[in-house]
Amino acid sequence: MTAAVRSRRLAMPDPFRGMERKRREKLILIGVVILAVVYPLVFRALESAFPFVPWPGTSVLIICATFAILALGLNIVMGFAGLLDLGYVAFYAIGAYTTAFLASPHFGIHVSWWIVVVIAVAAAAGAGILLGAPTLKLRGDYLAIVTLGFGEIVRIVFRNLGDFTLALPAFLGGAVLIGPNANLTGGNVGINPIDPPTIPIPGPWGNEIVFSNQNATASFYLVAVLLAITFIVCTRLRDSKLGRAWMAIREDETAAAAMGINTVTTKLLAFSLGASFSGFAGAFTGAYQTAIFAESFNFAVSILVVVIIILGGIGSLRGVVIGAFAVQYVNQTLLRYLGENVINAPMHAFGEATGIALLRDFNLVNYNYLIFGIVLAIMMIRRPEGLFPVESARAELHGVGISSDTTSGTADELAVAEEFATEVTQADETQAGDPREDQR
Amino acid sequence: MTAAIGAPTAAASESGDLLIASGCTKRFGGLLAVSDIDFTIPRGGIVSLIGPNGAGKTTFFNMITGLYIPTEGSITFDGAELTGRKPHEVVRLGVARTFQNIRLFGNMTAEGNVLVGLHHRLKGRWYGAILRPPSIKREEAEAHARAMELLKLVDLDQRSQTLARNLPYGDQRRLEIARALATEPKLLLLDEPTAGMNPEETRRLTDFVRRLRDEFGLTVLLIEHDMKVVMGISDRVTVLDHGEKIAEGSPAEVRANIRVIEAYLGRGAAGAG
Amino acid sequence: MEELVKALTIGLANGLIIALIAIGYTLVYGILELINFAHADVFMLGTAFTYFALEVIVIGLGISPGSLTALLLIFAVLPVIMILTAVINASIERVAYRPLRNAPRLAPLISAIGMSFVLQNVGLVILGPSQRAVEPVLPKTDLAFFPSGTPWFGIDEVMVVGITIPLLLVLRWFVGSTRQGKAMRATAQDREASGLMGIDVNRTISLTFLIAGALGGAAGLVVALYYGQTWFQFGFQFGLLSFTAAVLGGVGNLTGATLGGLLIGIIGALSDRFLEAKWTSVIVFSILILVLVFRPTGLLSEKASERA
Repeated sequence: MTAAVRSRRLAMPDPFRGMERKRREKLILIGVVILAVVYPLVFRALESAFPFVPWPGTSVLIICATFAILALGLNIVMGFAGLLDLGYVAFYAIGAYTTAFLASPHFGIHVSWWIVVVIAVAAAAGAGILLGAPTLKLRGDYLAIVTLGFGEIVRIVFRNLGDFTLALPAFLGGAVLIGPNANLTGGNVGINPIDPPTIPIPGPWGNEIVFSNQNATASFYLVAVLLAITFIVCTRLRDSKLGRAWMAIREDETAAAAMGINTVTTKLLAFSLGASFSGFAGAFTGAYQTAIFAESFNFAVSILVVVIIILGGIGSLRGVVIGAFAVQYVNQTLLRYLGENVINAPMHAFGEATGIALLRDFNLVNYNYLIFGIVLAIMMIRRPEGLFPVESARAELHGVGISSDTTSGTADELAVAEEFATEVTQADETQAGDPREDQR
Repeated sequence: MTAAIGAPTAAASESGDLLIASGCTKRFGGLLAVSDIDFTIPRGGIVSLIGPNGAGKTTFFNMITGLYIPTEGSITFDGAELTGRKPHEVVRLGVARTFQNIRLFGNMTAEGNVLVGLHHRLKGRWYGAILRPPSIKREEAEAHARAMELLKLVDLDQRSQTLARNLPYGDQRRLEIARALATEPKLLLLDEPTAGMNPEETRRLTDFVRRLRDEFGLTVLLIEHDMKVVMGISDRVTVLDHGEKIAEGSPAEVRANIRVIEAYLGRGAAGAG
Repeated sequence: MEELVKALTIGLANGLIIALIAIGYTLVYGILELINFAHADVFMLGTAFTYFALEVIVIGLGISPGSLTALLLIFAVLPVIMILTAVINASIERVAYRPLRNAPRLAPLISAIGMSFVLQNVGLVILGPSQRAVEPVLPKTDLAFFPSGTPWFGIDEVMVVGITIPLLLVLRWFVGSTRQGKAMRATAQDREASGLMGIDVNRTISLTFLIAGALGGAAGLVVALYYGQTWFQFGFQFGLLSFTAAVLGGVGNLTGATLGGLLIGIIGALSDRFLEAKWTSVIVFSILILVLVFRPTGLLSEKASERA
């Protein structure tokens, strides 16, 4: 890039011109907080004032924030440690079902949500260790398949345990151990209702604040706080000794071990901490929705979180949060809006004219996974670092030069974004067909 | 800082040897890469391991650092059993290494690379990372300061925030050494540290290695091809060929050894040389 | 006893189908070290195409099911479907995988997942969310019976065997004896060296995808006829079963994939019959995880590799 072009680039109009980076970030943060507090209160007003704008409803924002928590958690596994987990929904389910077991009429146990959430997170973390311990030594693509299988196993087990009988085989007497037709998990129907979180503060809302889908505004504030906690924890992890260890393993596992890093336990920590955030989100979702059922915890959910991370920027905390809001906004609101107001009608007309049933019955909403699938492929080919990598990553990759005020934290984010973006030649290739990672 | 690197242990006075390898053999299926090597490294010495390509030098390195498990034989380090230990355990015992084809963490900064080297010396756990009590904040600040010290030692403190993969080649080699030093080793294994360096850089590196031994009490084992370096810096030279030790002694002795000349130049060269 | 034999027979038939799909995975993995996530969805499109073809044949052309004409038309439709799925598979490689040929390993895998979802969505849109019944063109005749009179197997099973086994044999001959087959094996061993030896690597890889796609399409036709259904989720359902089979037999190993397919088919049938169908997936996935953890080179592979 010529000096003339470069200087022109840097001189572009910039609302934050002259401000130090830290100050700019602080202003953005304050802006986001104000927006988060105010929006649910003015949403309805905005809707009536500007009815043709696809405003996201508060419940949509709750879904966005939930998936932001999921994305931050999976980002630890994928973005920090470089492990591909395609069964992330399993821990989400475990968090939700733990909550349902301990805070609902299903078993008649009613522990307060504020305690249950801790147990749910621990359960998810434990499941992460159980899954990770034998499998993290596998090579990337095999690990992906194993985690996918685990995700499916969890979903199917939760579904099947709604109606099962555990008995000794006929030749041992056939005694029934559990059942017959025991119902542990509610099966296809699920568990319903579930106690939502409450705070016993009286006010215009009644005797206590109930954070359920009957009170979207309060629930949004709760999930926003949960998201903030998640974000802070992830930032601290990234900038710590553990975060550096993950980054090192991601760059070169053998060299990392040669620096004294116990790669087995470090990877397990990534997997397990990532799983706990998924459980965290699950505990909230189950209680907020006051109902869960097994089929909703399917592979498509795991993939949606992967799409968010790839789109937002793998390894970038800000990126995956923005990605979550963008993807779920599109998924829940924008697609329907564009369909109903822009695309469906011409498609129907075209279909009538040509007699093609597919066009006559066209509804954009049904094509969401096609769109996400194409997005995945395009991102991997054209922009694997994501849409919102750290600024210096974008600058670095497009030749403007390294900005001098990178903190070590963002420099490491940059590291992750670029590792994914540039062509990396693997130093030691494992033999074809052998899925084990290290050469020992 | 001088106290941290290579501080001799109480057992130092017992034996002059820091590392003792006996009968080390490594077989890969039918291939015998290293055969029955006896090898010692005296405390505070600089030893070079030389030999033609494929002689088994890096394989031997890898056995010391735990990348390979010896098929036969044993290795002890400072009194402790080293054979069969995992790589990260070997580091914690005090053995650090650099790699033949530089294995830095390319997308991390120079400082970041050195901080990783400090990993096992830091006490923080994962919950410490999340909760950030004052003790952790202090440890992190000290770690960053320490990393800068080490970068200064190898003349890279001006480029601490540069990505490792953007550093020029010579800087990368020095960064790798700084990173290895961060692990606070007693024994430093350098795998072809001057490869690709010009004479000036080579001279500076050689002086630096000598300084590591003289000022910081490190013991050094080098794999080297540059004979000027080998002859100039080594207390002792060991020669491998086809996985076997064919000569050992002072640089002068080895240089005159016929088998060594033959191994490098082929039979018949001994007479001509 | 009869139950057991019947289950085994069904298992064998399913196993051959799974083997056909598994070979598609293993061929592609052998040559690219890529798990082609979209492969099973190409198979699913094969079932969908068969559904539409039969709609045309039976309803459109009014040919009566069970008639000789219907049977002959099926055999005419088979190569057409195979060509369609072959081209789809090869196109996906060209568009979504080739640009990532030199990227880190996880990049084409993620792209493959994307392609899988694209195809599934296509299936959803053209078939709707529920299973669709395929026009029953095969005569529902039982051919063999047990001594007690219970039916053993019928034309359905013969159809499965009649289509899958010749295809497997042709494939075996092709990979083993032809020049292109040798090129495929060489490229699978060492891509760079093969290129240096004058093998057109891109063409060979495309050929591999064409073959894998064609086999998937054939399996699709067989499943549509045997199960009498098509469903946009068939890819996911059969995909994990077939991939498990490929892993069982040692990924990259053709004979292994075949034997693995038979094994999984039999295990599945036994589980369906003697346990409960709703647990079969869990059993198969557990087998997958156990094999990868304890015997990653596959049960049937000899090399328990000596690491260099």
